[in-house]
Amino acid sequence: MLSFYLYLGTAVLLVGIGGLGLWRGPELLRRILALNVIGAGIFMLMVTLAYRPVMQGEPADSVLHALVLTGLVVAVSATAFALALLGRLLTRAD
Amino acid sequence: MALLLFDLVLCALLLLLAGAAMLSRSLTQAVTLFIAFGVMMALAWARLKAPDLALAEAAIGAGLTGALCFTALVRYAKQPAYPQPALWRPLTFIGLVTALLLASLSQIPLQPSSAIPALVQQHLPQSGVSHPVTAVLLNFRAWDTLLELLVLLLALLGARQAPGDLPRYRGWSLSISWSRLLSPLLLLVSGYLLWRGAAAPGGAFQAGALLASGLVILRLNQQLSWLSWRHFWVRMLVLGGLLAFVLAGAVSLLLQDLGAVWLSWPQSIAGAVILIVESFATLAIAVTLTLLVVGEPKPEVADA
Repeated sequence: MLSFYLYLGTAVLLVGIGGLGLWRGPELLRRILALNVIGAGIFMLMVTLAYRPVMQGEPADSVLHALVLTGLVVAVSATAFALALLGRLLTRAD
Repeated sequence: MALLLFDLVLCALLLLLAGAAMLSRSLTQAVTLFIAFGVMMALAWARLKAPDLALAEAAIGAGLTGALCFTALVRYAKQPAYPQPALWRPLTFIGLVTALLLASLSQIPLQPSSAIPALVQQHLPQSGVSHPVTAVLLNFRAWDTLLELLVLLLALLGARQAPGDLPRYRGWSLSISWSRLLSPLLLLVSGYLLWRGAAAPGGAFQAGALLASGLVILRLNQQLSWLSWRHFWVRMLVLGGLLAFVLAGAVSLLLQDLGAVWLSWPQSIAGAVILIVESFATLAIAVTLTLLVVGEPKPEVADA
């Protein structure tokens, strides 16, 4: 019960921390990291919601787990694309 | 009580690592802290009874994203240092929004109201596998996985349009011998995860991510030089996941009666279809992620 709210709070705070980094920067690489932190917060919210049946002694919600698993792979491919664009940008700036 | 203590320490660590990564002055520190954050996230998934996610996060969040960010760091080495902007304005706004969000958390009901988990449990015997997450990914919501493979392919094609020239990393003798020792082990474990995914945590994504991290280690140590987009069979491997998926969908549409839904497998061969699709998807995910991380190396120098 207490842990449930603890993890929910952590998820929200992670989104907040990521938002702070996204706003402040100053480097673009840090902004990409910040987007990943926001993503981690949202994933954590979903996984914590999937944990609710466990508190009643049932197995965790597998649909949410599958969605987050898909999200993890999509997040890393989006990050890789963003970093490729970033690399191109920095090469041009020279 | 002990578990609550563990939760407290883990959540505090997660928040500290994320905050320090966002606020640290040096970018190298930020990336290192972010990798540590990925490891802690994997621990959190394991605590929240999501072992599938823990496996994937350990390979992706801590391994591949770290390698990607370090590659990007090399480019920043030549840039002048950025001035640190003021903190109070973003802090006030974000703090306000976060406080509102935190206050709204009490609205979340403790009892899940969705009937979907019960439906998954009910139809699990007809799905061809006995692990619910694999059943959802490869059978009940196969569309997600198909489109996700498409997203991976699009990311690779997009990244290929923006090549940046990186200095070539010359392998270090200790890391070369270590990579030779490590890679067969990673191959074995990812094969095991793929096979095991039918009945227990594991499956195409985890196996693909783990295989990709092994391939990245080898590729960074100047081995597997054939693994590049120029090679025809590598392109086929990248496309293979999508092709196998679409072919399996078409064949099972033909095998079933009229009125069957796209991407629903005939019950008698569902297990075999899922295994075939997963194997091709694993290879496609592994090769795509590897190419995304290591990029396209310059043509080999004659003496290398």
